[in-house]
Amino acid sequence: MFFITLKRIIKSGVISFWRNRWVSLATILVMVLALFMVGALLFSNVLLSSALSRLEDKVDISIYFRTDAPESEIKNLLSSLSGLPQVKEVEYVSREQALEDFKKRHQNNSLVTRSLDELEDNPLGASLNVKAKDLGQYEAIARFFEAGIFSSIIDKVNYFQNQLIIDRLSGILGASRQVGMGASAVLALVAVFVVFNTIRLAIYTNREEISVMRLVGAKNNYIRGPYIVEGVLYGVIAAVSAMIIFYPLTLWLGPQAERFFGGPDLFSYYLENFFEIFAILLFVGVFLGVISGWIAVKRYLKI
Amino acid sequence: MIYFDQVSKEYSPTSIALEDVNLGIAPKEFVSVVGQSGAGKTTLVKMLLGEEKPTSGKVFFESLDIHNLLPEDLHQVRRRIGAIFQDFRLLPSKTVYENIAFAMESAGITDEEIEADVSQVLDLVGLGSRINHFPGELSGGEKQRVAIARAIVMRPDVIIADEPTGNLDPINTKEIIALLRKINEFGSTVILTTHNKDVINGLKKRVVTMERGRIIRDDKEGRYML
Repeated sequence: MFFITLKRIIKSGVISFWRNRWVSLATILVMVLALFMVGALLFSNVLLSSALSRLEDKVDISIYFRTDAPESEIKNLLSSLSGLPQVKEVEYVSREQALEDFKKRHQNNSLVTRSLDELEDNPLGASLNVKAKDLGQYEAIARFFEAGIFSSIIDKVNYFQNQLIIDRLSGILGASRQVGMGASAVLALVAVFVVFNTIRLAIYTNREEISVMRLVGAKNNYIRGPYIVEGVLYGVIAAVSAMIIFYPLTLWLGPQAERFFGGPDLFSYYLENFFEIFAILLFVGVFLGVISGWIAVKRYLKI
Repeated sequence: MIYFDQVSKEYSPTSIALEDVNLGIAPKEFVSVVGQSGAGKTTLVKMLLGEEKPTSGKVFFESLDIHNLLPEDLHQVRRRIGAIFQDFRLLPSKTVYENIAFAMESAGITDEEIEADVSQVLDLVGLGSRINHFPGELSGGEKQRVAIARAIVMRPDVIIADEPTGNLDPINTKEIIALLRKINEFGSTVILTTHNKDVINGLKKRVVTMERGRIIRDDKEGRYML
């Protein structure tokens, strides 16, 4: 009995989908637009995250040591620093390396080269470049150097000079992420409402049919079933269509977006994450189709 | 079989559709309910189908109080009542066959039984050749025959025909009434609402006359008296 009913519901939904093909086509087009928006939000979030991460990656703080600071103490500090949970990466530049780099940078400036040659000793101290896991953690790292145990060997921590810029950048990046998420949520919501209303309108034209079905004794689930099947079909076809549209689009936009944002190639991202993206669009499409159909029919099934 | 027990229906204090209606209908009876527009005929029918709830009173189908049934039981009752309407109320996106088969399919009856029964009722209403047509491709008389076929295919105990000839020409009207008589002879109770004088006078069956929501006459072999 259950399987006979299920078979009839599915058959009825597929037949109705085909017979009302213009309504189905219009609904699918709207859903494709909605899913396209969802997909576009996914891709733009990838680009935005990549661009923000790159920007974040450019920020670090440098700790300059006194020229007379013993290397053993610097190494001690280095190992303590690496143990901090906020620290992502530490680069140690020895006095010799610093001098080498300085000379390389000023190799065309004879005055600087001559002055260096006249000095007997290396005037540059060793330094550390520290990257934090998060922009907001630089202050904690800077406080670590202020703590006192290493202050005798430290000449300068440039965080305090750059604090304003780091804080401002941190604020801008945070706001960008929030604006991105907010815009995504609003656009996704708009897409949901448009799809919901389109399906509701399609079912509204069938309200008389639904009342007749009730009068001949059909159970609510038997009446609702074919609309749910149609909703599933809308979702599946729309998700496949959106994925097909994204293929040439990411192929064309990918290199340009990569140049502009300095982020990943969208086409490679599309290919590498094909099944994940398809699963998301399929889930959103089918969920929207089923829920919209369910709610829209429910209204006409009140006994 | 059917009993309206002091049934009233008030849409608003100034709009009273039914007032204190008491009406009993026995099995296999053919009852015509007549009255002018607004007399309460359609409200009476809707009460019996569970489409409208009475403001007071009760409507019984056998021993069941129709308006106090669980949805599951109401579906069962509706399967025992075949309904025919003036505007046919066919499912426009389904073929003649699918329209008639729908109620049987929803009841979980096997495909073989459905095929046999639908063919039988289509032969009875004379539409065997229109089986794969859509309602939009049929004439008014043909649509009403499909509606009758749909109403009788589940072999219901009661057929409610609400102004079934309202949209038909005299020849089709005659044929539809003849079909309803035949259905009644097969053993179904028929409740016919109409304001067609010729139909009523030709039937020579029980006539219940309504006016402003009240039953004003109930004659065993009545005539149209308005």
